[in-house]
Amino acid sequence: MSDHEYTPSSKFGKWFNDRLPLLTLGKHLTDYPTPKNLNYWWTFGGILTFCLITQIVTGLILAMHYVAHADLAFGSVEHIMRNVNYGWLIRYVHANGASMFFLAVYIHIFRSLYYGSYKSPREIIWILGMIIYILMMAAAFMGYVLPWGQMSFWGATVITNLFSAIPLVGESIVTWLWGGYSVDNPTLTRFFSLHYLIPFLILGLVVLHIWALHVPGNNNPIGIDLKKPSKDTVPFHPYIVIKDLFALLIFLIVFAFFVFYSPNILGHADNYIEANPMVTPAHIVPEWYLLPFYAILRSVPDKLLGVIAMFGALFILVILPWLDTSKTRSAVFRPLYKQFYWFLVADVLILGYVGAMPAEGIYLLVARVATAYYFAHFLIILPILSKKEKVLDVPLSITEPVLGGSVSASVVRERKDKL
Amino acid sequence: MKKFIIFFFFLTTLFSNSTISFSAEKAAEPMSPGWSFKGFFGTFDRASLQRGYQVYTEVCASCHSMKHLSYRNLSQPGGPEFSEEQVKIIASQFEVRDGPNDDGEMFDRPARPSDNFVSPYANDKEATAANGGAYPPDMSVLVKARKGGADYIYSLLLGYEEPPEGISLDDGVYYNKYMAGNKIKMSNPLSEGIVEYADGTNATEEQMARDVTTFLSWAAEPHLEERHKIGFRAIIYLIIITILVYFSMKKIWSRVESEV
Repeated sequence: MSDHEYTPSSKFGKWFNDRLPLLTLGKHLTDYPTPKNLNYWWTFGGILTFCLITQIVTGLILAMHYVAHADLAFGSVEHIMRNVNYGWLIRYVHANGASMFFLAVYIHIFRSLYYGSYKSPREIIWILGMIIYILMMAAAFMGYVLPWGQMSFWGATVITNLFSAIPLVGESIVTWLWGGYSVDNPTLTRFFSLHYLIPFLILGLVVLHIWALHVPGNNNPIGIDLKKPSKDTVPFHPYIVIKDLFALLIFLIVFAFFVFYSPNILGHADNYIEANPMVTPAHIVPEWYLLPFYAILRSVPDKLLGVIAMFGALFILVILPWLDTSKTRSAVFRPLYKQFYWFLVADVLILGYVGAMPAEGIYLLVARVATAYYFAHFLIILPILSKKEKVLDVPLSITEPVLGGSVSASVVRERKDKL
Repeated sequence: MKKFIIFFFFLTTLFSNSTISFSAEKAAEPMSPGWSFKGFFGTFDRASLQRGYQVYTEVCASCHSMKHLSYRNLSQPGGPEFSEEQVKIIASQFEVRDGPNDDGEMFDRPARPSDNFVSPYANDKEATAANGGAYPPDMSVLVKARKGGADYIYSLLLGYEEPPEGISLDDGVYYNKYMAGNKIKMSNPLSEGIVEYADGTNATEEQMARDVTTFLSWAAEPHLEERHKIGFRAIIYLIIITILVYFSMKKIWSRVESEV
């Protein structure tokens, strides 16, 4: 946190700030010393904040017109699409916004994995981020149920049924979740209520996430601790603000292509069929962003163990800072970790692909191998690497590699050879 | 920067293909006759929409409802754009149940443009019972509810064939090469001349399939033209402002020794 006292110039400002130091906070946010070598992978924090606000604002408007009732929900969505002024735009932004939100959050998470942003002293930022991510999945899942189409209904049935795997009390828990003996109107109304609640929980956690970030300050591509403020840092405003804005605009162009030119490509056609408990769709597929976990779930033959594996895959991320204990943060200086990092990226993409395929034959086999590798990465490879890996020399400041033109291992190595 | 854009592009294309679905029985790949409403500037062919409505109301509507549309939609911009007078006449040909009146009684009256399309059956059960146990789906969003969209609907309408050797069909079941499982309970709805087009167009099967599919595509996405128009402007605007912000960023960052 910035420590120098800030005195507002106006008398009223001073009076106000003495009682509620909002102006001090504003000053802190604009002055906040940020590493000057942050690359574009660091712009996704700002993009995600934008996504959250977009979802809340569009969601508020949708909730004004949506009717949470099993008989009326589907029709009310069509009412929004047809009769509400620009309702089609608001709904398409909200529906595609969820996908864009996840696209951004996956990039944000994988950036953190590459540059070791989860390591000491940033463990709490990471854990808060993981809680946000889990809440996002809950919110997205419940949101997908609200249009009350076939995928909504059957997706809800499949996912809530997971809890029936819990020994002894599983069935009772599922009945309690449903508010009845099947997914029906009580399920829809409670999902709507929770879908409205969760984004505000996320918003609160985002504030904590940023607060926790502002204690040690940003990590950076070379993963070293910086003196702040110093030659290695720039004030958040205008340097980072304008850069985040530029990245956000590029992101918005991609977003706009989806909204205006292929608004339904990320959804499933079956969700335009009104929910019908008597007809099961040929294939029940979750939204793309849940597919890797769906693949893990299905790769385990036992239902309970499958559910444990799926939640385990998430939990293992929460404890990551204690699995990877290497002192070097950035993969730039960890040649072996860098290899395994890309293997993990490929592994998750493969899991996502097989998650969309039927769980049989070659797909099931691939899913099992990929699931095993996923756990091996965190439970075996990372702890071993933390102990055995020979890391490269880490520069002492950002300015040093920047003078060489780029922050890459080869530059640092070259410089070392010259010395 | 370049790497970043390439990666982003890669991810978006990857995800756009990730919702892959498949059917147990082999159905033929749908035909793509080319639609005027696809693409960045796609708009509906007005005359085709009007003919399509005629096919819908004279053929499809005897079994299929379209309950999310109102008659007034037929005169709205971006749709078939019948005149308001025409829509009043179209609506008045249907009877709707209204009430209760001041005496507490329900009564029938001719439909008004503000009424929703009148369904051919009182409820889904009646519709199912009247059609040999197969519910004729509501057509309001049918094009969006089928994988393949307009291509699939068009192909299905023209996909009726004699069943190949070795396939026996029950009564009331028909062979269609584009249907999943190849068996469909709807008989071939289109035959040459079943509709006499008001504008004198020759009502061949292909022509009717094309027109009614265009109409159904509009019904499923009535704001498509507006969406394309606004989308184009929005993206141009975003590109311009992105360029401006890019140069501002370069200017600001030129004060520090670093790359952006």
